[in-house]
Amino acid sequence: MPDLLLELFSEEIPARMQARAREDLRKLVTDGLVEAGLTYASAGAFSTPRRLVLAIEDLTAESPTTREERKGPKADAPQQALAGFLRGLGIEDAAPVMALAGQPSGAHVHLGGVTITVRDDKKGQLLFATLTKPGRPAPEIIAEVVERAIRTFPWPKSMRWGTGALRWVRPLHSILCQLTTEAGSEVVPLAVDHLTSGNTTEGHRFMAPGRFAVHGFDDYAAKLKRAHVVLDAAEREAIIWHDATTAAFAVGLEVVPDAALLTEVAGLVEWPVVLMGAIEDTFLGLPPEVLQTSMREHQKFFSVKNAATGRIEQFVTVANRTTADDGATILKGNLKVLSARLSDAKFFWDNDLRAVADKGLEGMAEGLSQVTFHNKLGSQADRVARIAALARDLAPALGADPDQAAQAARIAKADLQSAMVGEFPELQGLMGRYYATAAGLPEAVAAASQEHYSPLGPSDDVPSAPVSVAVALADKLDTLAGFWSIDEKPTGSKDPFALRRAALGVTRLMLANDARLPLRTALPAGLTEEVSDNLVSFFHDRLKVYLRDQGVRHDVIDACLAMPGNDDLVLLVKRASALQAFLTTEDGTNLLQGFRRANNIVGQAEAKDGVEYSFGADAKFAEDDTERALFAALDDAEARIDPALQAEDFGAAMAALADLRAPTDAFFTAVQVNVDNQVLRRNRLNLLHRIRAACMRVADLSRIAE
Amino acid sequence: MTATAAPRSFQEIILRLMTYWAGKGCAVLQPYDMEVGAGTFHPATTLRSLGSRPWAAAYVQPSRRPTDGRYGENPNRLQHYYQYQVILKPSPPDLQSLYLGSLQAIGVDMDLHDIRFVEDDWESPTLGAWGLGWEVWCDGMEVSQFTYFQQVGGHDCKPVSGELTYGLERLAMYVLGVDHVMDMPFNDPDSPIPLTYGDVFLQTEREYSRWNFDQADTATLLQHFMDAEAECNRTLDAPETDGAGRRIIMAQPAYDQCIKASHLFNLMDARGVISVTERQAYIGRVRALAKRCADAFVTTDAAN
Repeated sequence: MPDLLLELFSEEIPARMQARAREDLRKLVTDGLVEAGLTYASAGAFSTPRRLVLAIEDLTAESPTTREERKGPKADAPQQALAGFLRGLGIEDAAPVMALAGQPSGAHVHLGGVTITVRDDKKGQLLFATLTKPGRPAPEIIAEVVERAIRTFPWPKSMRWGTGALRWVRPLHSILCQLTTEAGSEVVPLAVDHLTSGNTTEGHRFMAPGRFAVHGFDDYAAKLKRAHVVLDAAEREAIIWHDATTAAFAVGLEVVPDAALLTEVAGLVEWPVVLMGAIEDTFLGLPPEVLQTSMREHQKFFSVKNAATGRIEQFVTVANRTTADDGATILKGNLKVLSARLSDAKFFWDNDLRAVADKGLEGMAEGLSQVTFHNKLGSQADRVARIAALARDLAPALGADPDQAAQAARIAKADLQSAMVGEFPELQGLMGRYYATAAGLPEAVAAASQEHYSPLGPSDDVPSAPVSVAVALADKLDTLAGFWSIDEKPTGSKDPFALRRAALGVTRLMLANDARLPLRTALPAGLTEEVSDNLVSFFHDRLKVYLRDQGVRHDVIDACLAMPGNDDLVLLVKRASALQAFLTTEDGTNLLQGFRRANNIVGQAEAKDGVEYSFGADAKFAEDDTERALFAALDDAEARIDPALQAEDFGAAMAALADLRAPTDAFFTAVQVNVDNQVLRRNRLNLLHRIRAACMRVADLSRIAE
Repeated sequence: MTATAAPRSFQEIILRLMTYWAGKGCAVLQPYDMEVGAGTFHPATTLRSLGSRPWAAAYVQPSRRPTDGRYGENPNRLQHYYQYQVILKPSPPDLQSLYLGSLQAIGVDMDLHDIRFVEDDWESPTLGAWGLGWEVWCDGMEVSQFTYFQQVGGHDCKPVSGELTYGLERLAMYVLGVDHVMDMPFNDPDSPIPLTYGDVFLQTEREYSRWNFDQADTATLLQHFMDAEAECNRTLDAPETDGAGRRIIMAQPAYDQCIKASHLFNLMDARGVISVTERQAYIGRVRALAKRCADAFVTTDAAN
C-alpha cells in the first residue's frame, strides 16, 4: 500500500505555533482521508521553521464502493410523492419510475448511479432506491483533502501576500505531495490558487540552497539531513540539549533547564549548532534571575550556572548553521548584543538601587499615584493605601506585627515603578524583595514583596510567613471587594480581573495557615450587606469547587454551609472534614438513618397537627425502658456536644452523636410514636425532636443526600 | 553567496542600499519633509500601500522619537535617527532573497553570520495598521523589520505590500564594528575632513534631548495638536470639487496634519504630560485622522 508524503514549504513559521500546527495538519488530513473512506497504518507530523510535513504509511489505494438503500413511497403513489422521493435522489424525470407501478416485485430501472426496484412489503408494493457510490482513487481524495486543509488551516493568525487571496501563517511557497509504493513515487496532482504540487523541496537556506526532488519519506528525510535540515523537532531539541550540557560539563558548569525555551529554540533552527560564551565580569553581580530573564527574553539564550555558587556565569546560544570559523563571528556578535542588553539591565539595577538609597521604597512607590488601577477604583497608590490599612487590621489574627504588615503592604507594589520591572514585568515581586533587602528593611517585610502575589494557581506554593500572609490576603480581599462593589463580577468564562483566582488564593491562604478570620470580618469595611452576602456566597462556590477537588462530597459541604459561622472558612472545612469522616463510619450511617426517621416522623406530625414539637419532652412520661434509656443518652450527649462545639472539636461532637445511635435504634424497634394517648404521643414527638436538634447542632444532616 | 568588500562609513552603507534597491527597480525617493516617528509614516508607505496600484520605492527617512533621547550619551539610543525603508507592492515572491541580497551588498558575509527570521507581528495603533512578519536577527541582533502589510488606516491591503525597515545606525554600527554610535565614521575616514556621527549629531542630540524633556512648551504643543487635528478634519470636509469644478480630494495635505498631530503627541509624551488613561484617547484621535486620510486617499487616482 502506498505511503503519502506532504510538505508545505513556507517562509519562517513562528516557533510558538509549530507544535500545534503539526497536530492540526495531522488531524485535518487524516480525518479527511478516513471520512472519504481511506484507511492508513500510521501518520507522523514534523516541522521546521520553513516547513510543515505529514508522512502517512500504508494508505489504501482507493476508497471502497459503497451502497446505500433508501425506502420510498408505494409504487402507485401520487406523482407528487414520487417526484419528491426522486428529487432527493437527484432524478428529474419521473416517467421511467411511474412505469414500475403494477409491475411484479423485483422489477427495476437504472437511472444514473441509482437503481429503483419494486419490492413487496406489508403495506403493498414499495419502491426502493439503491445508490451505488463507486470507490475513488486515493490521489483524487488526497488532492481534495489537502486543498481543504490548506484553505481552512486554523493558524492563530494568518495573512495574505502579493496579489493572492490565499491565507497562510506566512507566504506559502511550495507543496510537495507524493504517493510512494515499491514501484516508485508519483506526485499527487493538486492546485491551491497559484501553487501546484510537485516532488521537490529545499534544504537549508544558507548551507544548501537550491531545490531537489525526493522519492518517499525516507529519501526525503535523508536528503534533508544531507542538505543540513534536521526534520524532527524532538531530534533538534535532543541535539541542542546534548551539545549544550556537554559543553557546560566540560568547563564544570550546568545548563539551567528550560523546557519552553528549548522547544522555542528548536523551532527557530533547521540545523542547530550550540555555541557557549562567558558573561562579562561586570554583569556577574546582577541577580541570577535578572541575567536569566534578560538572556532568555531578549536573546533566547540558555543560562549556564556554577552549581557550587548558584551564579550564572556563561550562556548557550543556538545558531542555525556551521561556519568556516566554527561560529567565532556569530559568537562575537551575540556577545556584543548580550553586552548591550546586560548594560541596560545593569543600568536599571544600579539606577533602581540608587533610587532606593535616595528615597527608600516608599519614595519609589510614589509614582503609583499616576498609575490607574481601574478608573472606578482609583490609582495604584489608592489601592496600596487600602491594602496597607486592611493588612494592619488582619495582622493580629495571623500572628503578624500590625506595623510590619502595613509597612510591607505600602512597599509591596513599589517595584512596579522600578526600571527593571518596567523592562521585565515577570520579575515583579522578586525585584521588590531585592530592593527592600538593599534598603535594609526587615526580612519579613522584604519577603512579603515577593510572596504577596502567591498563590497564583491551585497548585502554587502558599506563603506561610505571617506578614506575607497578611499582605497577600489584604491584596486579594481588596481586589475582590473593589470589583464586587462596582459590580464587575466574573460571568461564565469571562473573568478579566482574575477574581476567581483571587478568591481561591484567599481560601488557600486561610486554610493553609489556619487563619481564623471570618470573611465578613476580614472584608474591608464599607461594603453593603447585599454586596458582602454576594461575595461570601461567591467564596462558598469557589470553596465547593476546591473541596470537591480534594474529595469532599458536595452534600457534606452543603450540610456545613447551612450552619452558623459559615464565613469562617477554616471552621467550615474543619466541620466538613469531620462530617465526611463520620459519615463513612457504621455509627455515622446508622445515626443518619435514625436522624432521618426522627426528622420524618416529627416533620409529618408537625405538618398534620400544625404545631411545632420542639420543647417539653419529659422523662417522667416515659413508659418503656428504651424510651428512658434514650432520655438518658440524650442528656449525656447534649452535655458533651456543646462543649465540644465550643472547642471546635467536631470529632468529639460527632462521637457524642454516635453514642446516640444504639439507644435510638432500640427506641424505634420497641416503641411506637404515634399512639392514641396524646400525652404520650406529644412527649415522644418532643423526644424525637431532641435527636433532631442534637444532630442539627453539629451539621444540617437534612442536606445529606439519600 | 559571497559578500562584497566591507563598507568604511555610515554614508557608504546608505549609498550601497540605494544602489542595490535602485538596481531592483525601486524608485529612490527622498525623505519626507516632516517630523515623523518612523519611515512607515512617509506617505510613500502609508498612503501608497492603499489601493490597487503597484508601487516600489526606497528611501531614507529621518525619524524622531523624543522619548528615546539620551543627550548623546547612550551608545545605541538617539531621539533622531535614520531608517531605511523599502516598500514593494505587491510583495514579490522572492522578497526574502531580495532582502538577504541587500545585506550582502552592505558587506554582511552570509557564510560567516547567522541570519534568522524571528516572529514579530507589527502593529501601529496610531495608523490603524497591522501586518505579519519578522524581526531579522544577525548573530542575535535585530537588524531589520520585515512586514507584510495586512491593513492600513483600517483598510485591507489588496494587494499586500512588503515593507522592509532597516535601523540604519544600529545596522551600520554592527557592520562597521563600532561600539558607540557617536564614534561611527559618517564619511570615509580617509577623507580630507573625516567626520564621525558625533561630529554631525552629538550637539543636536544634546539640544533636542533638553528641549524634548524639559523645555518644549506643553500648552503650545497641545494647541498645535488641536490645530492639526482641526485642520486635518477641515481639509477632508471640503467639497470634492474646487471653485473651477475640478475634482481634487486633498488626502495628502490632510495626511500632513495627521503626521503633525502624531509627532506632537510624541512630544507631549516625552514631556510627561500624558497620563496612562489619556494616552489611549490621544492615540485614538490620531488613528481617527489616519483612517479618514486613508478613506480619502483610496478614492483618488493615485490609489487606483
